[in-house]
Amino acid sequence: MRIYWYILVMALTTYLIRVLPLTIFRRPIRSRFLKSFLHYVPYCCLAAMTFPAILSSTQSVLSGALALVVAVVLAYRGKSLIVVALSSSAAVLIVEQILRFF
Amino acid sequence: MNGKEYRIGVERGLPVGVGYFSVSFGFGAMAVAQGIKALEATLISVTNLTSAGQFAGLTLIVAGATLWEMVLTQLVINSRYALMSLALSQRMGEKIGVLPRLLIAFFNTDEIFALAMDRREPLTVPFLLGLGTLPIIGWSLGTLCGALAGSILPQAIRAALGVMLYGMFIAIVVPPAKTDRRILGAVVIALVCSCLFAWLPGLKTVSPGISIVVCTVAAAGILAWRCPVEEEEEG
Repeated sequence: MRIYWYILVMALTTYLIRVLPLTIFRRPIRSRFLKSFLHYVPYCCLAAMTFPAILSSTQSVLSGALALVVAVVLAYRGKSLIVVALSSSAAVLIVEQILRFF
Repeated sequence: MNGKEYRIGVERGLPVGVGYFSVSFGFGAMAVAQGIKALEATLISVTNLTSAGQFAGLTLIVAGATLWEMVLTQLVINSRYALMSLALSQRMGEKIGVLPRLLIAFFNTDEIFALAMDRREPLTVPFLLGLGTLPIIGWSLGTLCGALAGSILPQAIRAALGVMLYGMFIAIVVPPAKTDRRILGAVVIALVCSCLFAWLPGLKTVSPGISIVVCTVAAAGILAWRCPVEEEEEG
């Protein structure tokens, strides 16, 4: 029974974090600083979450690093989201199969 | 309900749904290994829809932590959603009412947020709900399958699938950073900051949730201060 309390508390806390800014701050923000800040937030957040976490997300640092390089090169060349994602995933699979022999 | 907008949303959400399936597959397998029932693990995913928060929550449940500890941990790890919701709220404009916002807020994950902000056209309710459709299905179904299948899939395949999410982040960040030096600057500061948190002895103990928040606030704050965006190009 106790686990349902945990799940309820987890879900409620997470939902409140998401819902309050979306319902309360609805009028346009006038401050140029705040507008600029929010403009940069997604890129900073995604960058901070990806690196260096990607290096330790696979079985070896080498495959994580290769996934990073493959994704950056393909994204730089303007490949689509799914091509970039699948290619970096394939890179990990291939490298880890090769690493087994060492 | 605009069917075309909803369909566009569903299509864009497909890769995220696939990525979520693989990541939550790992979550389901891990939960069952720690004594959580398959349906309970699935319930966590259906009601929370967040990766880092759930992984941390699972640890607390298994450790028998207090409910207050659970609140605090989720607040810290998921605080970045407050920033994302605030940014999304600005992009949605004033026309979208409270009721759809109550629903859309639930789907505001890192990836769905990124896809929403990536859209050039004005955001609509059907589009946003479409974006969330496959990810919530993938996340819940992946957890259930992972919990039921346990650890049948080799770790190599799970790790390879998990990298897809990072690949998607990179695909979202690199193109604008390539053409806009200010975004590149913001990204570089955020990267340096997150490396410090990952590798400096004193900062290593800081939870990943806090480190992401600090890096985001620092990098976005510095750029907003030094290179504020012009009125017509914000968002």
